[in-house]
Order: sequence, then C-alpha cells, then structure tokens
Amino acid sequence: MELIWLIPTLPFLGAFILIVLNSRLSKGVSAAIGSGTIGVSAIITLLAGYDFLSSGLESFRHVAWEWMDVDTLSIAFAFHLDALSLVFLFVITFVGFLIHVYSVGYMHDDAGFTRFFAYLNLFVSSMLILVLADNLVLMYLGWEGVGLCSYLLIGFWYEEEKNGYAARKAFIITRVGDTAMAIGLFMLFMSFDTLNIQEILTKAPQAWTVGSQTAVVAAFLLLGGAVGKSAQLPLQTWLPDAMAGPSPVSALIHAATMVTAGVYLIARMHVIYELAPLAQTWVGIIGAATLTIAGFSAMTQWDLKRVLAYSTISQIGYMFLALGIGAWSAGIFHFMIHAFFKALLFLGAGAVIHALHNEQDMFKMGGLKDKMPVIYWTFLIGAASLAALPLITGGFYSKDQILWLTWASDKGNIWFFLAALGGAFITSIYTFRMIFVTFFGHEKTHIGHMPGASMTIPLVVLATLSTFGGFIELPHTFGHVTIFSNLLGPVLPNVVLREGVESSEPVIQIIAAVMALSGVYIAYYFYQKRSDLLPGFKSAIRDTYNFWFGGWGFDTLYNNLFVRPFVYIATINKNDVVDKFYTGLVRVSEFFNRVFVRTQSGVLRWYIMGVVIGAILILTLSLFVNP
Amino acid sequence: MNGIPIEAGLIVAGILFMLGMISVLIRRNIIFMLISVEVMLNAAGMAFIVAGSKWMQADGQVMFIFILTMAAAEVSVGLALILQIYHQLKTLDSDAANKMNG
Amino acid sequence: MILLILIIILMAGGILAGISSRWSTSLPRWISLIAVVVNFVLSINTWLDWNFRTNITDNTWILDYSMPWIQPFGISFHVALDGLSLLMLILTFFLGIFAVLISWKEIQYRVGFFHFNLLWVLAGIAGVFLTMDLFLFYFFWEVMLIPMYFLIGIWGHENRQYAAYKFFIFTQASGLLMLLSILGLYFIHGSQTGTYTFDYFKLLGTVVAPGIGLWLMLGFLAAFAVKLPVFPFHSWLPDAHSEAPTAGSLILAGLLLKTGAYGMIRFVLPLFPSAAAEIAPWAMLLGVVGILYGAVQAFSQTDFKRLVAYTSVSHMGFVILGVFAFNELAMQGVVMQMITHGISTGALFVLAGSLYERIHTRDIQQMGGFWKKIPFMGVIAMVFAMASLGLPGMGNFVAEFLTLVGSWQANPTLTILATIGLVGATAYSLRIMQKVFLGPEAKLHHELHDLSIREKLILVPMSITIIVLGVFPQFVLNTSKAPVKSVIQDNVSQPVSEVQSIEMKGGTHE
Repeated sequence: MELIWLIPTLPFLGAFILIVLNSRLSKGVSAAIGSGTIGVSAIITLLAGYDFLSSGLESFRHVAWEWMDVDTLSIAFAFHLDALSLVFLFVITFVGFLIHVYSVGYMHDDAGFTRFFAYLNLFVSSMLILVLADNLVLMYLGWEGVGLCSYLLIGFWYEEEKNGYAARKAFIITRVGDTAMAIGLFMLFMSFDTLNIQEILTKAPQAWTVGSQTAVVAAFLLLGGAVGKSAQLPLQTWLPDAMAGPSPVSALIHAATMVTAGVYLIARMHVIYELAPLAQTWVGIIGAATLTIAGFSAMTQWDLKRVLAYSTISQIGYMFLALGIGAWSAGIFHFMIHAFFKALLFLGAGAVIHALHNEQDMFKMGGLKDKMPVIYWTFLIGAASLAALPLITGGFYSKDQILWLTWASDKGNIWFFLAALGGAFITSIYTFRMIFVTFFGHEKTHIGHMPGASMTIPLVVLATLSTFGGFIELPHTFGHVTIFSNLLGPVLPNVVLREGVESSEPVIQIIAAVMALSGVYIAYYFYQKRSDLLPGFKSAIRDTYNFWFGGWGFDTLYNNLFVRPFVYIATINKNDVVDKFYTGLVRVSEFFNRVFVRTQSGVLRWYIMGVVIGAILILTLSLFVNP
Repeated sequence: MNGIPIEAGLIVAGILFMLGMISVLIRRNIIFMLISVEVMLNAAGMAFIVAGSKWMQADGQVMFIFILTMAAAEVSVGLALILQIYHQLKTLDSDAANKMNG
Repeated sequence: MILLILIIILMAGGILAGISSRWSTSLPRWISLIAVVVNFVLSINTWLDWNFRTNITDNTWILDYSMPWIQPFGISFHVALDGLSLLMLILTFFLGIFAVLISWKEIQYRVGFFHFNLLWVLAGIAGVFLTMDLFLFYFFWEVMLIPMYFLIGIWGHENRQYAAYKFFIFTQASGLLMLLSILGLYFIHGSQTGTYTFDYFKLLGTVVAPGIGLWLMLGFLAAFAVKLPVFPFHSWLPDAHSEAPTAGSLILAGLLLKTGAYGMIRFVLPLFPSAAAEIAPWAMLLGVVGILYGAVQAFSQTDFKRLVAYTSVSHMGFVILGVFAFNELAMQGVVMQMITHGISTGALFVLAGSLYERIHTRDIQQMGGFWKKIPFMGVIAMVFAMASLGLPGMGNFVAEFLTLVGSWQANPTLTILATIGLVGATAYSLRIMQKVFLGPEAKLHHELHDLSIREKLILVPMSITIIVLGVFPQFVLNTSKAPVKSVIQDNVSQPVSEVQSIEMKGGTHE
C-alpha cells in the first residue's frame, strides 16, 4: 500500500528515460522500458488492490511532498487510494500494459518508435496521477497532462498538416472545458478554503443546502471540464478527428482511459452533484443527447476508426446518463467493461488497418473473416459486447443495468429510458454493420502482413476480459452478483429506486435484449441479405445522411461562431491598432516639425527681424499689461 | 550739464539705435552689419550715460565701459568669423551663408 | 556591504570588458561571464545562508547597507535585501549568465562595448531591485535604460534604430513622470516633517491628501505600467523585442519587464495604499484586457520574436491582475509569474535567436517540420510552449493558478475573463509548435543542425528550472512570503542598518 506512489512514478521515469536517451536506445530496449514500467505498475496495482480488499476497503493516503502552501491554500502532492481510484488504476495499468505490448508489434517499423513509447508512458503516468490525486489541483495536473499527451499522440505523425490540425483541435477544445473546470476550482476554494477532495466532500453538505445556487454553478463548471475531456455535447467535435493518431493511441486514450476522465471527475465529486440536482439532471440530459446524436453519426461513417470514435462518444454518453440518474456504480461498471471491449475493438481495427496497408475505409475491406480468424473472433466478441448481446457478453450486463435504472431510479424518467433504449438499438445496428462490411463479403484489398503474437495476445486477453468481466456484477433476476457495487459501496452512494419498480426489471431486460438482437438483424438484412436496397435508401435520405455524417453540423457551427471571427480579428489587427495611436502622435509632432522648420531659413536678417519684432512685442506688452 | 534736456539725449540715442537696427536689417554685407550692431550698442551706451547724468549716478558710465569692453570682444570674434566666412564663401553676403536652413 | 559589491562587480566588470577588447575579442566575454557567475554564486550563497538562519520570520529584511551620498538633499546610498529582492536578484544573475553565453557567437561587432552595456544593464537592474532610496532608484532606472538603448540600437536587427528610439522615448517619458512623483513625494514629506529625504522607509509614512496621492501614484504607475507593459502602453515591446539581439530580448523579457512588476509591489502599493485601492478595479481590468489582447495578437504574428513579445503582454496581464487583487495568494502568484515568465519567455527568445542564427529568418511561415532535423531543440521548445500555455507541472501554472485563485476572491468576473485567456494561450503556443517544428518540412537554404553544447548549456538548465519551479515551488514561495505579507498587510518594517542604526519601528501607517 505504501508503494502506491510508485504506480504513477514508474511510467514517468520510463517516459523520462525514453525522452532523454531517445535515439540512443534500440527498439528492443525502448519497448522493454515502455512496457516494463507499466507492467510493474500493474503488478503494484494488484498488490495494492489485494491490500486494499483485505484491509476492509479502508481508503489510504500518501503524501509525497507539499506542493504549494500559501496563505490558506495548502496543496500537497498526495495520493488517495479508494475503491473508485482502484477500479480506474486497474483498468489503466492493465489495459495500458496490453496496449503497450500490442504497440510493440504495431509500431515496429515506425521511425518514431521510442518517441511513441515515451509519449504513451507519459500519458499513463498522467492518467494515474489524475485518478490517484487527493486534491483537485493535482487532479488538474493529471488532467492537463493527459491532454498534452493526447495532443502529442494525435499529432504523432506530425508531417501531415491535418494530423496537426486534429491535435490542436483536441487540445484547444478540451482546454475550453478545462477552463470551466479551473473556474470551478476557484469557486470551490472560495467556498471551502481547501481543494482537498475528501475535505470538500465532507464539508459540502454542511455548507450548501440542496439546490443552492453556488452548488449548482460549481457543479456546472466541473461538468464543463468533464464534457470537454469526455467528448460530450457540446464539446464532442474533437474526438472523431482525434482518430488521426495511431490505433493503439485511439484504443488507450480515446476509448479506454482519458475520455472517461470526465466520468471519473463527476463520480469523484458526486456529493456536489447530489447537492445540485439541476446540474445532475443536466449530466443525464447531456448523456442522453450525446448517445443518440453520436449513434446516428456512427451509422453513416465509412472510416472504421471514425465509427468506433462516434461509438465511444455514444458509450460515454451512457456513462453520463448513468451518473445523471444517480446510478454511480453502474456508470463506473460500464466504464470498466467499455474500456475492455472498446480497447479490443480499436486494437482489432488497428490490426486490420495495419494488415491492409493503412486502409481505413471499411467498404474497401471485406472478406477478412477467414483470412484473419483471430482478429475476426476477438473483434466479434468485442462487437457483441458493444452491441450488448444478451447473457453472453459483459456489455449486456453493464448496459442493461443502466437501461433498467434510467427507468427505475428516482431521478430517471421515460425520456432517458427511451433515449437509452433507442441508443442501444442504434448501437447494435452500426456495430454489426461494421462487422458485416469489414469481415464478410469478398476480399477487396489484399492483406499485407499478418499481425504477430504481440498484437494478437492482447486481443485475446481483452476479449476474455470483456466477456467475463461482466460476470462480477449480475442483475437480481439472474444470479444477483454484486461484487462490483459492493466494492464501490463505501465511496459511491447506492442508487435510489422508485417505489414498486422491482417487478419491471425482467420486462426491461427482455425489451433490451430484443432491441439488441433486432439491431443485429437489421444490419444483417441491409448489409448482407439485401444490400441492393441500400443505395436507394441512402439517396432517399441523402441530406439527413450527410448531416449525420458530418457530426450534426457542430464543426461548421463552431467554425463560423468562434474560429473564423477569432482568426479574422487576429488577422486584421496584426499590426496592432494601439500602435496607431502612438504613430499618430509621431505624425503630429512631425507635422509641427515641418511647420517650424520653415522659420529656420538660414537668412541672418530674418532672424534679426524676428528678434526685433519680438523685442517690440514684449516692450509693448509690458507697457500695456503691467503699467 | 543741465542745459540739454534729458529727452533730447534719449531721442538722439533712440534715433541712433533705430538707424543701426534698420541698417542691420537692410544691409547684406556682413561688415556693414557688424558696424551697424556697433552703432546700436553705442546708442544703448549713450542712453545709459544720459540716464546716469539724470540720476547723478556713476552706474551709467560703468555700464558704458562694460558695453565698450563687450563690443570690443564682440568685434574681435565677429571679425574672425567674417574672415572665416570670406575664406569659405569668397563673399561677404550674409544671405550666402544660409547653409543652416532646416 | 555585499550588496554594494554585487553592483560594483558588474560595473567594474563592464568597464574592464570594454577596455579589454583592445587586446582580444574573447577577453570581454570571459570577463563578463566571470563577473556574472561570481554574482550568481554570491547571491545564491546569500540565499542559502539566510535559509539556514534560524529566526527567519523575525525580520523581512535580510541585508541592509546605507551610506550617505548627497547629504544636503537627503540622498543616501541605501540598499537593502528582502526575500522578494533576493529572488529577483538571483533571477537577474541566472539570466545574466545566459545572456552572456548566448552572445558568445552572435556578437562579433564591437564586442567590448557590447559587454560593457550588457553588464551595465544588469547592474542597473540589480540596483533597481536593491535600492531603498528613491533618488538612487531613479538613478538605477536610468542606468538600465541607456545601455539597453545601445544594445538594441547597435546590435539589433534591420529596423533597430526605430525600435531603439521607441523603447527609449516610451521608457524615458514615463520615467520622467515617475521622477516628478518622486520629487512631489519628497517635498510633501519634507514640508510635513521638516526632514527632506529620499529614503524609502521614511517616506513610507507620508500622509498625502487623497487627490494629490492619486496623481503621485499615477506618476509611479506610469513608469511601471510602461515597463511591464500594461495594455495600452505595450506597443514599444513588440518592436523592441523583435529588433533586439538575442541577449537583449532575453534581458528585456526576462528582467526589464520584471522591474515594472517589482516597482508596483515595492513602491506603488506601500507608498499609496489608499490611492492604489481606489484604482484597483481599473488596473485589474487593464490586466485582463492585456491578457486577452496579447493572446489574440500573439496568434496573428508571423515574426517569431514578435509573437513571443505579445505572449509577454498576455502574461504580464496576470501580474497586474494579481498585484491589484490585494491578497497573499495573488501576490505570491505574481512573484512566481515574474520568475517563471522570465525563464520561459527568455528561453523562447533564446530559441528564436538560435533559429535565426541558423536560417537567418524570424518568419515562421518559412519554417516547419524542424522536429525531424533538430529533435532536441524540438523537445526544449515543446517544454517552453507548454510552460507558456500554463501546463501544470511547469512553474507558470503555479504562478497563474495562484494569481487566479487570489484574484477570484477580489473580482470573479474579471477572473473568468482572465481564465479564458488560457484558451488563447493554448492557441498561440500550439501555433508556434505547429509552424516551426511540426507540419510538412520547409525548404531551407541553410544547414540546420541541432543545439550546440553552449546552447544546451543555456536551455537545459532553463528547462530543468522551469519544471522544478512547477513541482517544488514552495522554496520560492517561502522566500517571498514575508515581504509579500508585509505589503499585503500594509506594514513594511524597517531594516536594521549595518552602518547607521535606525531604531526599529514596525508600526502601521496610513
């Protein structure tokens, strides 16, 4: 337990060594340092987790050093371990480790091999700090650190102008959210004189009444940070573009870990949200809206990774929805399962893209089912989990729990339920559209080289996790296992159910299962059985289709609303309008200079005349003015 | 001493001064301008002496000696300058020396 | 006494360097380097010494030295050192070393005179940070102005004459206003108490009528606001920064701007507390306007050095925002900002200068994709770009965070606007990286090679310092704690002088 400070430190050291020694390291050594440090972190996490479970879920705090101590503000570089951080630690280190191993194969021929591992390690380290932080400022450090790494890794292939654009877009848009979050921190500090998370959580219910204005504003400001990082409405536009980075990056950062930081933040500050019901409802509304909108967009994409990106946005929408209805542990459970299957899907997609010479258009793929059986089966397992096919997948148990609670929780309502249900339906359509288009049909692109063991083993492990991971939390109707919610019990409050809804659980489960299966059938019908119907259907709804394809026009809107005016103002004022005032002053004095220089003619007699006239004037004046 | 009224003395001094001044203004030859300045100085000196005799004070004559000394100094510097100007420009026309116009 | 020696070493070193150029061009460089390094070691030593002293909270003043100078007018050579001055002094010599090193290859014309000016600017800056006599303060204020004028005007880039004039006129005009205010204060204090003196500690207690007080304060503020620079007075800065030689830009951005901030903390607030409180909201507003305006301007520039200059305008906005928030958090943030901005912006100028040495242009449109050829420089640039956008873990974050937390308590609305400036900072910092180091590779007519050992010797310590300041800022905060507290609580105590012992008087004043 005392070793938890090593968990973020090791990857950081790895990153540091890789950056400093960069080109002097061979690929093998770089890979060993990169993956090794994270592997050790994962082991320490396991040990700490064992300690934690055997010591009765007692939270643990480790102060490394005093960071800033000014006046009443006292911030330490301190780590806090409880069940919530433990779940995140576990996901980050294990999925992180698997993705590192995968990357060794994936990035093998890349010139920036060492640089890649340096960034990836730095990312893992920042992410670990984020979830371990005992105060909001340290969390902000991790928060911005992962933002930086996300920027570096999206723009990893920096020679492409559009990658750089996507990277900057991601950084700047998340920074907008972060700014809101920073303001939230100022506000919390003003109210509580501390930024220590645990202290805030204990002080808040005493200082604020439920629904008090300060609580609502603070909760909304933190939510601003969360939507930025987690790519929720209205700041979701950066994530699809972020797919410009290498696939392992998309898997680790833009699916499994970083984008769920917003979920972590809200869950961590759950007390504030319970004191601000309005803000909490909005968390739910944002989640519901995002999951629907992103789902529609996902159905129209042709780029394999963009489908997954929109699907990520949509799934995080589910987590937000869960948080919004007070189903805290359900949200975190979905986070964990999602991390497994979405990382799996991205890695699988990466393997496919890698094999097909960086071809990302899935309509140019096809027929991979028999050529790449390992990839196919693991991808299928991941997809089944994403589509929440009943009983056999982890995704079913996590998503079904959210679906039921949107109906049954006291904060849930019919709209949330319908959005979640519709979302589940759409999810299974686009997921299996992807499967059918990519793996079925006939071969369209020749396969270059098959993925090696370092790439397939992580896929198999993740496939196992995303199937069996779901069994640690089973519904009442079906086994009733509550390992996960028991673990989170001391940290996050239980969901409050409405009266007399218990009986509806099996009904809703059946509806959800039917929805998922019918989605699969629709995908099968349109993309396998009667694919001749498709072009006609597409052209019938072409405008809507394009609207969905373009992400509901948010990019255009923001471009016109913010980016263009900013760039316009910046460009027209390049020479600084303030300087005009000073050059104006210079002009005026130059004018007087030109006027007076005429009198300096050099003709001696003019000067004498001037003296005489002056003398006469002064004499006359002295006669009249002061007799 | 009291035969001449003070006004007469002052008027003569005034006329002398005006003459000197006008000739400074209209002459272009630097030597003549210098002479005219001398005339003006002496006019001022005369006014001092007249005023001194009116108040029966020696100050006026003291001032005149001052003016004389100053005039001598001025002439010596002035002539040296004129010599230089003549040396440079081969003329004594003051307007030719307007090289300093801005 | 050591304070006097610090200044004398610089001045004498300057003269020696100037003379020695008759014999060799490398001699002035070595003399300057030794002079600055000796000073740096001495000031670090003073700091360590003080840190290990037991009763550090007793007196805010660490060292004090006073010697009569022009007695009839009450002018004395009074220098004193507290935590704030000490930090600034260390920063001065720290950056001073790099200013000498970066000029090693760049300056080949009139080497002796260059180093004379360089050391005298540093002497002037050190004097400004140390002196506790207003007349002497004005003297040093001019001492740092004139050599700087020569540095820009003689060794600058194409448009150097214009930039040097502009710099000189802006600073001189505002400096004269300050002189007027100093004299005004001198006479008011003299007529009230009968003792005519320029001594800072004696003038502290002067009771000035509110109307006159406001004008006197505006006089001081004018000089400091131009130097800082505060929003509408910033227009000398982009020209001066972009035209100055690298060492000049480094000193301008790293140190000269800080004298403005220092002056506000040391003189404006303690001398005119009520007048300062009166204009505080306006000053904070100007700060916020500066933050946003600087960020937008920086985004539009194509000249690397001009771009960095505008980032200074933006960052210095935080300083005035924090100074006029009147609380310890914000003020400590300002002190951090002075140090971290000095290092981070200085380093960006060094980078711009080294790029200019290689490719002979400052136009970022002609750059791009340099990461491939000069990755080491890229990493360093990334560190400082991140520092300038306020990434946590860098010193600048600590500074901006403390400033904003503090100013939130004074004025939430303006703080929100200032925080939005962070988004602007992200936009321009990433633009630097994109245009210079990332993107498609630009066609070049010159050989591009990575940092030399000398340049690494400059940039690596700077990078380490900025990160250390971001992770362990407490040692700085501890040093400046007592002076900042005394300014905030409005009771600046008097030091016990080495030479003439003035009786201790710690009482408050209006």
